[in-house]
Amino acid sequence: MIEVNVQKRLMTSDGERDLKVRFGLSPNQITAICGKSGVGKTTLLRIIAGLDKADKGLIKIGTHTWFDESQNIQLKAQQRKVGFLFQDFALFPNMTVRENLSFALQSKEDNYLIDQLLEETELQKLQDRYPKQLSGGQQQRTALARALVQKPDILLLDEPLSALDIETRLKLQKLLQRLQSKYEMTVLMVSHDILEIARLAHQIIKIDNFEAQVYDHVQDAFPMEVIQSQIQALEAIYQSKKTNPNPR
Amino acid sequence: MEIALSPIWLSFQLALITSILLFIIGVPIAYALSQSRSRYKFLWEAVFSLPLVLPPSVLGFYLLLAFSPNSGLGLFLKDVFQIQLVFTFSGLVIGSVIYSFPFMVQPVQAAMENLPKSYYEAAQTMGKTRWEILRFIILPNIQPALLSGLVLSFAHTIGEFGVVLMLGGNIPEVTRVASLAVFDEVESLNYSAAHFYSFILLISSFVVIALTYWLNKKTKLIGV
Repeated sequence: MIEVNVQKRLMTSDGERDLKVRFGLSPNQITAICGKSGVGKTTLLRIIAGLDKADKGLIKIGTHTWFDESQNIQLKAQQRKVGFLFQDFALFPNMTVRENLSFALQSKEDNYLIDQLLEETELQKLQDRYPKQLSGGQQQRTALARALVQKPDILLLDEPLSALDIETRLKLQKLLQRLQSKYEMTVLMVSHDILEIARLAHQIIKIDNFEAQVYDHVQDAFPMEVIQSQIQALEAIYQSKKTNPNPR
Repeated sequence: MEIALSPIWLSFQLALITSILLFIIGVPIAYALSQSRSRYKFLWEAVFSLPLVLPPSVLGFYLLLAFSPNSGLGLFLKDVFQIQLVFTFSGLVIGSVIYSFPFMVQPVQAAMENLPKSYYEAAQTMGKTRWEILRFIILPNIQPALLSGLVLSFAHTIGEFGVVLMLGGNIPEVTRVASLAVFDEVESLNYSAAHFYSFILLISSFVVIALTYWLNKKTKLIGV
């Protein structure tokens, strides 16, 4: 069980506000975080990873305490076992795909994982390429494989698929789902895409007015008309693509 | 008429030693500055950039006072380490390191700050130390800036005049570098010797700078 109960002062367009969130994550599940821009979704991930510091509260992973303000415990990012997928992927340009993975390796015993993950993410043939020579989807898969090679206690994804086109996105959603169930990972992902959330998430955390609400079903988290308007928007795109298959 | 070659050798030796020392000292300082979130960071940056705007003679004058055996520091160095920095080659090296400091630190710091922060943070989540991050991620990705820093410090030291004159005292075979020799030869109306030193300085400076631009262009093309 992962327990997060933190408070952090944010600078917003309306001045300073306190983000207060409290939730538990069951292991081996995907939890989606959603909410308007600027409510602190990314900050929350960064606090869990140890890249930002919360003002108050507690973060516990099973029996390990990562952060406890009352006891002055603040583990560094280096001491926490997290995999973090950044929006810009953060692949190291001076290393090949394979070197990126082996740099992230935590112990030599896990060496087999590199080949295994390269295979699972269909990167074997690209393993000697540099990040610049990869497409967005390939970079994303590299970043995902690199995060998994660390065998993290929790995988944090910051809008992992938002920069990709819809087909690549669907493919990666399937991949993420497959890897998550195979490696029994606990995943926390920021996402704006209701369909993505509906498809992947076992649990939904909605941050509204700087407080978190936890839902078990997508239909509880979003009103029907929001879901309908998303589907309509997609339909409209699909129709326009059909009538005009090559817009450029 | 014979023209002494020692000023040319002294200049190149001084520039080489200075750039290597600056690389060793400047890179960690640039790293610390690029990581610093201190509110007094600007003060450090101002101190390290001061040699850019300070007249070299002023810098030379203060170093001369500081290193002279009559001062506390000079006396300490002489008594404890038997080192004398005034009118010696070692003194020139220290003066040059200070004088060329911003030429190493500024390009390197700027390149470090231009790298996406997520590289650093991603490496942190992999459990890497500051040193490992510098060695395996930061430095390999700022190679052009490291090269610029090295070359600029080298070229700038070759071109130094005020500091070496004040601190070195223009002693033949010891501290008379090429830029000083040019001045001396012109003073004594020995224009052919002045031409000789000047031409070598001109050509070598051009070659070094052209080489940097060429290497920079090449690394950009490779895109590593």
